[in-house]
Amino acid sequence: MGGNSPCASCKLLRRRCAKDCVFAPYFPPDDPHKFAIVHKVFGASNVSKMLQELPVQQRADAVSSLVYEANARVRDPVYGCVGAISYLQNQVSQLQMQLAVAQAEILCIQMQQGPVMPTQQIDEDNHDKSYFLHDNGLIPKFINFDSSSSTVIPDSFKRESIFRHDMVS
Amino acid sequence: MISGRCAACKYLRRRCPSDCIFSPYFPPNDHQRFACVHRIYGASNVGKMLQQIPSHDLRAKAADTLYFEAKYRIQDPVYGCVGMITQLHQQIHSAESELAKIRAQIAFLNSNDHAQESQVQNIETKLHPDSNILILPEQINAAGLWSTYVPTSASSTQTSWF
Repeated sequence: MGGNSPCASCKLLRRRCAKDCVFAPYFPPDDPHKFAIVHKVFGASNVSKMLQELPVQQRADAVSSLVYEANARVRDPVYGCVGAISYLQNQVSQLQMQLAVAQAEILCIQMQQGPVMPTQQIDEDNHDKSYFLHDNGLIPKFINFDSSSSTVIPDSFKRESIFRHDMVS
Repeated sequence: MISGRCAACKYLRRRCPSDCIFSPYFPPNDHQRFACVHRIYGASNVGKMLQQIPSHDLRAKAADTLYFEAKYRIQDPVYGCVGMITQLHQQIHSAESELAKIRAQIAFLNSNDHAQESQVQNIETKLHPDSNILILPEQINAAGLWSTYVPTSASSTQTSWF
């Protein structure tokens, strides 16, 4: 990459783009905004350290997530990504309530109708599935963050493929 | 007013001025908080970000969210808190699918219930005027559930149902 044109980072930092430039594979020269926003929030030096601490095969995903966070922080300087997390957790809570209501309703119907055919029963395998990771403490609830005051949830937070390739196995 | 240096100025080994941008949000009793934030963002960037926010309350929230994101980035250097966003999207998708499935089951059970009720209501029997023969309506024939007519005389015991 550094052979012909410097990568976006080296262009912005006004330095020679070495052949082994850590940024070059992830910040092509045709997208200067991508590095600019990451540099603004995290700083080039910090990004470089973070990338160098990672195996090469994980760096692309790391850059994608850093760009995502940086964009979120620039859009919402107070809440950043946490605003989106709070919004999504509220959605999860609402769905949890709706599921509980629907499950209660189906139980009522089944009780009224008496014994049912096997095909009509609720899929018992899904009963114990925990859809909400906060129940086991992995995702803390940010209900104290008043994301309604300043956060306009952009469509990109609502549902998108953040990464081009699968990141969660 | 916190006496002494704030956690940021202690970490950076500098004098803590009276108008230090960090001191309200990085108290000296929580060194880890500033250490996390400094490691990911750098003190200079954090200072600039806080300066751009006009009010003290919002700066406090910003400091909290920066700390949260920094902490998750340290725990998960590849995805940081974006991993959490992806998991939440997956949870929402799964829950929506499950909800749609359950609602479809409810609709199915309700429609079955109504269909059986309406069939029960349509079974009206009447006696032939000249005999005690029961004549069943054609709807029941069409449903294939009952025979055409069922003699009700005491001598008749056979009925054919299909």
